[in-house]
Amino acid sequence: MLPPYTPEDYKRVLETALLAASEPLPLAELKRLFDEEFDDDTLRSLLADLRTDWADRGVELAQLASGWRFHTRAEYQPYLERLKNERPPKYSRAVMETLAIIAYRQPVTRGDIEDIRGVAVSPNILKTLESRGWIDAVGHRDAPGRPALYATTRAFLDDLGLRALSELPPLADLERMVDATDEHRGITLATATVDAEAVSAAPMLDSADAPPAPAQ
Amino acid sequence: MTMTTASPEHVEHLAKVYGEPLIELPRDLYIPPGALEVILESFEGPLDLLLYLIRKANIDVLDIPMAALTGQYLVYVEAMRQSNLELAAEYLLMAAMLIEIKARMLLPRPPRVQEGEAEDPRAELVRRLLEYEQMKAAAAKLDACPQALRDYEWVSVRLADELAQRQPQVSLQDLRSAWLQLMKQARMTQHHKIKREELSVREHMSLILRRLQPSNFVAFDALFDVASGLPTLVVSFLAMLELVREGLVDITQSAALAPIYIKLSDASALHT
Repeated sequence: MLPPYTPEDYKRVLETALLAASEPLPLAELKRLFDEEFDDDTLRSLLADLRTDWADRGVELAQLASGWRFHTRAEYQPYLERLKNERPPKYSRAVMETLAIIAYRQPVTRGDIEDIRGVAVSPNILKTLESRGWIDAVGHRDAPGRPALYATTRAFLDDLGLRALSELPPLADLERMVDATDEHRGITLATATVDAEAVSAAPMLDSADAPPAPAQ
Repeated sequence: MTMTTASPEHVEHLAKVYGEPLIELPRDLYIPPGALEVILESFEGPLDLLLYLIRKANIDVLDIPMAALTGQYLVYVEAMRQSNLELAAEYLLMAAMLIEIKARMLLPRPPRVQEGEAEDPRAELVRRLLEYEQMKAAAAKLDACPQALRDYEWVSVRLADELAQRQPQVSLQDLRSAWLQLMKQARMTQHHKIKREELSVREHMSLILRRLQPSNFVAFDALFDVASGLPTLVVSFLAMLELVREGLVDITQSAALAPIYIKLSDASALHT
């Protein structure tokens, strides 16, 4: 094997290592590929170049919390789905709300989550997120019962294509949320659809066993 | 269906509710028993239900009409209770809280010493509603983020050494010499042979001799028909060994690991 000399050569080595890896490779790991002592910026610009090389392919190179990794582009997922027997995992609203609270308010206890959501957090929800490797217990609050404090993991950031928590979608502005807007109506649209169907499917309202009509 | 399709000209009222004619469809929810579970499931708890009621009615969150909201909320809770749905305790707790706030707002406020603004009994509820709404929106946004394994797949070239521990390389030659070695040992110890096997070996000895007739040298591999299956191969091999033992064929190899050739021994050639 000839030692690499040109940027193209170095890029090929990086590309091969990244494709062969089964997890994100951090810069420190990528440096070990070469005899030369590259500084971070040189390596980053090589990686950025490599990403550009793949710009018009079905696969892209992404920079994640744990390093660099190739993944397929989301727009080709519908095609990949056809080769699969199972539906992709889809988490319930309860799971996603719990995840959001842990992500934005971490570290939090189960009690904190329950306070915000106003309902009990079932153990299954936390188990689902833990087994996905997205959250883990990082300690215990010094309170009665010493409840576990949950935080999101690097794998969570990796799986959402984020480099750091600061890249999470910004929270809605509380001041603006005070005003009921069309945006909010949009959120409740799904529920409203159920209502409309419910009304059209309703039997005669004056039948004896009809449930009480809601107050206006 | 008539309820929704009939035009108002032909029907005076849409329906009767408790004997009262209903002129227009209620703007609020009517909950048929079957749909109740669906509706209940679509709410993530009392805060979610309250938010829905507030946002639907376009109510200013900072000035919630407690009487109206509590009334509507209780209708829902009552409907859930009546259809024997298991009502989570949280819904009842929220009902009690709403009633308490409503009651506190009705009470005349005791004249306070000026120590800042008197706190609105609704403040805590509003704070919780907004905090929940914020997280609910955040959850929706998180869910919209492209997610590994749901919206895209990781790409990884599968390397053989990831699947199995790296093993030493074995060539065909090594295998063959090991096989020959084994056969040599087998010949030393094997004196008694089962009759049927013997016959079959004999048969193959003839086959091999027949193939060797015209030509001088035949490659070792050419005498084995791989497609005929393992037992035949073994028997052919035994036959070959037997031929060597009986001095009917000669096996030659110019150098170690070089191709092996078979030819009829001079004695047997004379015979035929």
